[in-house]
Amino acid sequence: MKLLTCPMNGPRNIDEFQYLGPVRDDADPDTASDAAWARHVFRAANPPGRLLEWWRHVPTNFVFVAERDTVSNDVIRTFDPATAERP
Amino acid sequence: MTRLPAPFGSRIDRARTVAFTFEGRRVEGFAGDTIASALAAHGQWMLSRSFKYHRPRGVMSMAGHEANTLVRVGREPNVQADLTPIAEGMVVTAQNVAGSLAADRDAVIDRFGRFLPVGFYYRTFMGPTRDAWQRLWEPIIRRKAGLGVVDTDVPARTFDKAYLHCDVLVVGAGPAGLAAAVEAARAGADVVLCDGEPELGGSLTYAAPDGASATAAIAEASALSNLRVMTGTLCNGWFEDNWLPLIQGDVLVRARAAEVILATGGIEQPAVFRNNDRPGIVLGGAARRLIRHYGVRPGQRAVVLAGTPDAFGVATDLAAAGVAIAAVVLPRPLPDHDVALERLRGAGAAIVTGRIDEADGKEHVGAVRVGDDWFDCDLVTVSVGQAPAWQLACQAGGRLGHDEATQRLTLTLDRPGARLAGSAAGHADHGAVVADGRRAARAALRALGRDAPDLEPPRDNGLVFAHCALPLDPDPRAKDFIDFDEDLQVKDLINAVAEGYREIELVKRFTTVGMGPSQGRHSALATARTVAAATGRSVAATGVTTARPPVGPETLGVLAGHGHVAERRTALHARHMALGAEMKPVGAWWRPYLYGTGERARAIADEVRLVREGVGVLDVSTLGKLEVRGPDAGVFLDRLYTMAHADQPVDRVRYCLMLNEMASVIDDGVAYRLDQDRYYVTATTGAVAHVYAEMTFWNARWRLRVDVLNLTGAWCGLNITGPGARAVMTALDSDIDFTRDAFAYLDGRVGTVAGVPVRAMRIGFTGEPSFELHCPGSLAATLWDAVMAAGEPHGLRPYGLEASRVLRLEKGHILIGQDTDALSSPDELGFGWAVSKKKPFFVGKRALEARRRLGFDRRLVGLTFAPDAPEVPGESCLVLRDGAPVGGITSVAHSPTLGHAIALAYVHPDDAKSGHVVTIRGRSGAPIRAIVAGHAFVDPTNARQDL
Repeated sequence: MKLLTCPMNGPRNIDEFQYLGPVRDDADPDTASDAAWARHVFRAANPPGRLLEWWRHVPTNFVFVAERDTVSNDVIRTFDPATAERP
Repeated sequence: MTRLPAPFGSRIDRARTVAFTFEGRRVEGFAGDTIASALAAHGQWMLSRSFKYHRPRGVMSMAGHEANTLVRVGREPNVQADLTPIAEGMVVTAQNVAGSLAADRDAVIDRFGRFLPVGFYYRTFMGPTRDAWQRLWEPIIRRKAGLGVVDTDVPARTFDKAYLHCDVLVVGAGPAGLAAAVEAARAGADVVLCDGEPELGGSLTYAAPDGASATAAIAEASALSNLRVMTGTLCNGWFEDNWLPLIQGDVLVRARAAEVILATGGIEQPAVFRNNDRPGIVLGGAARRLIRHYGVRPGQRAVVLAGTPDAFGVATDLAAAGVAIAAVVLPRPLPDHDVALERLRGAGAAIVTGRIDEADGKEHVGAVRVGDDWFDCDLVTVSVGQAPAWQLACQAGGRLGHDEATQRLTLTLDRPGARLAGSAAGHADHGAVVADGRRAARAALRALGRDAPDLEPPRDNGLVFAHCALPLDPDPRAKDFIDFDEDLQVKDLINAVAEGYREIELVKRFTTVGMGPSQGRHSALATARTVAAATGRSVAATGVTTARPPVGPETLGVLAGHGHVAERRTALHARHMALGAEMKPVGAWWRPYLYGTGERARAIADEVRLVREGVGVLDVSTLGKLEVRGPDAGVFLDRLYTMAHADQPVDRVRYCLMLNEMASVIDDGVAYRLDQDRYYVTATTGAVAHVYAEMTFWNARWRLRVDVLNLTGAWCGLNITGPGARAVMTALDSDIDFTRDAFAYLDGRVGTVAGVPVRAMRIGFTGEPSFELHCPGSLAATLWDAVMAAGEPHGLRPYGLEASRVLRLEKGHILIGQDTDALSSPDELGFGWAVSKKKPFFVGKRALEARRRLGFDRRLVGLTFAPDAPEVPGESCLVLRDGAPVGGITSVAHSPTLGHAIALAYVHPDDAKSGHVVTIRGRSGAPIRAIVAGHAFVDPTNARQDL
């Protein structure tokens, strides 16, 4: 089982975490067309390579960001977006 | 039962006789025997019939590598006879036989093999008549499919799970694993050494080269306190970040290791020739295991196939065990073994150059042919080399390759935290295997940050002749097996390629090669070579199929473990039990379903009537309870919910409806504004975990000044409802004024009741005057007792979940998840009133606008059924319009208040008006008429709740 390092709780088994999808720019609901908004709601890019993703440590309800390589499945870093500058 | 004298029989205790039965016959063995060794000692070699052709099969590896040895033990199918120790009274039977093992009626299939061509799984079975599939083929195929029979009445057994953490996990306790474990433990690392065999030493216990012994290493391993030895433990998989399941009997040990050393050794390979599956044809290692571990003389007269120098060790053991050697067959010259060959020749063995072309014998090997010469024998030992045990390494990202020069499979693993050692890494010489184990340990120690200088790479002179690749030309009369589990012959693989399946993964799927219990251990190399030759590619380019866990067979019980079910009880559980409630699970929670006894429908109707005519109390503690706090709390709720909360006055309660981003309803509840910066928000029992997560997730992005506290388990709730509710409330000892003018509908108050701090709300689900009291769980029983005492003169009684569901349905209130699905929008539910038209943003608003432009094709409405309706539809029954389904029933119940059945259902929007008649297809298939009612069946003007 994979380990994931929660910025608050340290390394924990992956089954303690919930995946919340890639970090993306929230589309502007006031200007987006219906088609653009549907795309925003239903589709997420899943590019090979490094991706920023939202994760939640379920027992503590702590939400954070992980940078993961979607090809190798290596987690490069995890951080609390409240304290770290988003790259 | 004659056995060879000591030192042969190292694993058996001759002082303890153990009796069991095989196919109804009593068999005696010794403690330490496996089923197969005890049977072999009695000359019983045949253990099973093969999967497809029902050919006689027996021991080949004595290492659990083949399906031939799978037997039934008691009620358990597919037990490995060559690994499983015998026990007193054990009942062993053969599998996959029609009749008995000795007289298998299906053995006739062997002669008609041409009617079962390769890939017949992919053929269609359509003729000769229209119903031939059902009447003829399916029964045949079902009977033939699978090995063993599952006993569904097997008694429950306790399985367990354990956890283990270590610095270095060494898998395999042969010479390399032992050396690695001792080296790592000497340096002070926390080391675990595991092996599936019952003792340490691996091949040294039955095939030690001259001068080699595991004794010293075993002694040191046992003396090192930081080295944990786990024998009889199968490492059954490699998962990410070095998470490995170790199976020890009925216990699954989940190991997490910083460093893993895979010293899994080699898998001795069979030779391919006609009738190479006859019982009595065994791998060299199997003959030596039988002799050395169990003291069993494996035959009287042997032919030794000597493709590799290992064969001379086999021949030495055979001679020592009193087995006459009829012939030594040399496929190629083996230099440096002239002395050994001369000695064998001197003892009467024919030394012949060539290969075994075919074997003869009906149920046991009787002779083999080399070229034109036949040699009578009752034992054939095969020594043609090993394949590295690749399963764990490949799961960890390792790759199998092929060395053209030496014709052997090679294994490489390049991953931090995992490394190979010994034969698995391709070494053959004993000295090189041991040195490689130490070297792997040093590397692991360095990875752990310890000072451990690298060692010289070991020299290995044995590699050149370690593997002997015999030709794989198909025998014209076939029965030259590559895959013994699946009865696949050389021609089958060649035919698969001819059918167009060139890629090894496709060949596997078409032929099922490697899919049997042995998972390609004996077939992968020969398959790769055959397909490579048939497609004109190299073996390396052809490759082998993907290795996946598990490595060996595992019982589902081991994976399941204890199977604990999480269970939640409210703080009032004991009160409900004392009142005789029938409890039912709602998710993890246990809730009172019904308090009354006797006839169910009547008891439920009584509880409904109690609330409509008197007063009842419901334990609502399972409701989600969230406290949202902070200067931005109102803004936060405005964004999450569809109604306006920022402008909600303090001490007021407001309905709240949550949408997801596609504007589907996901939850509802109420928000009680405790003060400017604090809201107390309820969520449905089933959704609160999700709502709590969503709140946190959204705010991770919004970064509003707010935090969310989940009080669900900490706080309890009671709802006192019915025309008599206010009388009960005003009778309570409280600093809250519960009178009508002081406490209006949707008001909220903080105070104490009977000394218990409460949050009180005028909210309800029943349509009757209702008061909800929430308090800390530790004081819930006190509050309950006070309410019950105050209510007694007014006839207050508790009511259960089923009555609550009927009461809410009578009011047309929806249950999220019951009356909604993944697509339900507020408009479809008639909840337009609950959606703010003024707010610039809330989650789902944008999608809701888009969906409104698209229009909607269903509406949730109430349906009434005539009191004398012959049938009332069940939930999920379809609503039809012009014969086509347009929706379905989501909730249905008999209304004791109205005296007929009522339901909520999705209907076509054009039918949503009151008075329309819709047709539902009942469970019987008959059409049922229903009349559309407004949302509320009882008290549509909501006059009662404010009485």
